[in-house]
Amino acid sequence: MKKNNEFIPACPIPIQQYPQIMLSHGGGGKMMHQLIEKMFVETFKNPLLDQRHDAAVLSCSSEKIAFTTDSYVINPLFFPGGNIGQLAVCGTVNDLAMAGACPKYLSVGFVLEEGLPVETLWQIVRDMQATALECGVQIVTGDTKVVDRGKADKIFINTAGIGILEYTLEINPREVREGDAVIVSGDVGRHGMAVMAVREGLSFESDIESDVAPLSGLIHDILSEGIHVHCLRDLTRGGLASALNEISQACQCGIHIEEAAIPVEENVHGACEMLGFDPIYVACEGRFAAFVPSEEVQKTLDVMRGHPSGQGACVIGEVRKGSAGVVTMKSKIGVDRIVDMLSGEQLPRIC
Amino acid sequence: MKYLDEYRDPELAKKFSEEIHRVTTKPHVIMEVCGGQTHAIVKFGIDQLIPEEITLVHGPGCPVCVTPLELIDQAIAIASHPEVIFCSFGDMLRVPGSSKDLFSVKAAGGDVRIVYSPMDAVKIAQDNPQKEVVFFAVGFETTAPGNAMAVYQAKKHGVKNFSLLVSHVLVPPAMEAILSSPDNLVKGFLAAGHVCTVMGYEEYYPIARKYKVPIVVTGFEPLDILQGICMCVKQLEEGRAEVENQYARSVHREGNVAARKIIQEVFKVRPRKWRGIGEIPQSGFDLSEAYTDFDAQRRFDVSGITTEESPLCESGLILQGIKKPEGCPAFGKECTPEHPLGATMVSSEGACAAYYRYRGSAKQR
Repeated sequence: MKKNNEFIPACPIPIQQYPQIMLSHGGGGKMMHQLIEKMFVETFKNPLLDQRHDAAVLSCSSEKIAFTTDSYVINPLFFPGGNIGQLAVCGTVNDLAMAGACPKYLSVGFVLEEGLPVETLWQIVRDMQATALECGVQIVTGDTKVVDRGKADKIFINTAGIGILEYTLEINPREVREGDAVIVSGDVGRHGMAVMAVREGLSFESDIESDVAPLSGLIHDILSEGIHVHCLRDLTRGGLASALNEISQACQCGIHIEEAAIPVEENVHGACEMLGFDPIYVACEGRFAAFVPSEEVQKTLDVMRGHPSGQGACVIGEVRKGSAGVVTMKSKIGVDRIVDMLSGEQLPRIC
Repeated sequence: MKYLDEYRDPELAKKFSEEIHRVTTKPHVIMEVCGGQTHAIVKFGIDQLIPEEITLVHGPGCPVCVTPLELIDQAIAIASHPEVIFCSFGDMLRVPGSSKDLFSVKAAGGDVRIVYSPMDAVKIAQDNPQKEVVFFAVGFETTAPGNAMAVYQAKKHGVKNFSLLVSHVLVPPAMEAILSSPDNLVKGFLAAGHVCTVMGYEEYYPIARKYKVPIVVTGFEPLDILQGICMCVKQLEEGRAEVENQYARSVHREGNVAARKIIQEVFKVRPRKWRGIGEIPQSGFDLSEAYTDFDAQRRFDVSGITTEESPLCESGLILQGIKKPEGCPAFGKECTPEHPLGATMVSSEGACAAYYRYRGSAKQR
């Protein structure tokens, strides 16, 4: 993801009175008003937000819209390659894109912990706006709450998003057919390992950078080429393996992939080996799997590789006749095994 | 990735597979001792590359699996103290005690932390002098030097609020226990490569001689394991019972001398209870006299906590190689990773969890 820091002219923090968020910033009075006006409205500036209404009134050119929501809690707030603000925009934008929708509007709800440095909030808000501009979405409504110190972990963000369906194509797990190719848009496991490395103070030979990125542009390119995509799924929590299990369950087919075909960056691979993790279960924030008819694979790959977020796109497997919810994988030494969904998160091994 | 891809080469794997087929003329039962090896065998499907005559049985070398239930209960009791920061390697946190696991203690407000090194726990103790910091020292000879070093350093630097809940077990006595059981089926061993990296392999010579079994010190990558199996089968076919070292890039005959020295300084050998197996003489470590001040069992007076295991769970038979996970009637039914009856289903290195994860439940098959 491109660096957003230089995107908006480096203006000083608009609220100088307190260096930290106070309970009164959520109290409904002047301080809250100042925070909203000087920081949020000023940064997210757009005509819809400027209505200053209790609700944003949107006009919609399409019969069908997509609507989604997600909440973002992460420690640390800043990690190599991104921060919680970029995640909060990309995550919801990407969920809309996976439904084949063109993301248009976002809402944002902040839960702030008393004592959060205003500077931190400022950086997050600026990066949210820069990411929103990159995705072509507007933040049109919002909410702020401040809770006592210790009652939240610095900042929680909820975003909801509305996207417009410009194409009539049904993009849905149930549309996946036997014979479809499974394509991933790039290397997997980077976001999860980047966050873990910072959180746990693990240092590796080279920094692992999160893959957080908006995918709406890439999806737009695929759909505008008329490719008959059957399903799209972003590979967030639970990683590639969990996403494939969910799709296999929904489409009532088996999915077979090849371990040797799955792209994993060397430093991510190394970190996973050291901790006893399997990269196919590690979260991404800028990767997705596409299920496309086999005859359209090459065209899809050409389009994807022409976009910065899809340069590492490759085929990793296919949909096969088989039991619903059963994903199999040819291991690196050429033997098939099941790729199950994990019962919880991966835990580092003793030895 | 360098030093890994070389050991996962499908062409070389095929060559080893062909060689094992070529030398095998009769049935053999071989046990891989270490849970890491079990995990690799099932994950990569190594058992599907060897002849039907060879049965791989999965040994007791999963530290999470063999930690007795009562020690988990003791850990839970200690971690529930409000003044305690309880530190552990990650995979112990989900192991169920008799009523809950360490994750539940954390959810209820206990300060339970995953650390990657016992030295991190010492640092936490130094940073939190008003708290008692306890590290759950679980493992085989592999983790013993690190745990010993943590106590050694704590003593040296006067870190008085640090202690260890020790559950250290040793491989050779467990191998002897398996070999001397009347039900034993095992005719050859792949010894645990990382245990031998620390301890060397001199202590395996008397076992190979006494029980007439080949013992091949083996690594963890697919080609290591295939080569280990090949060496073991050749010995069995030729009627030899020797100690051989497949994992020479990591293991020396005398092991890691410095690591052994610190173990000797801090720990003493004692009988230990193994989950599912019972007590094995001289099969574990405890803190030696000079370090008993760092013993969490004494500090928190929990040694009185004793617990019995679920009668449904057959992990003891699985850990001794008498049964395979699929042979247990509870496997994939009453016992799943979400509701494990025994630790072999919980740990990622446990044989039951590995079978469930990579082979699927009975329903999927």
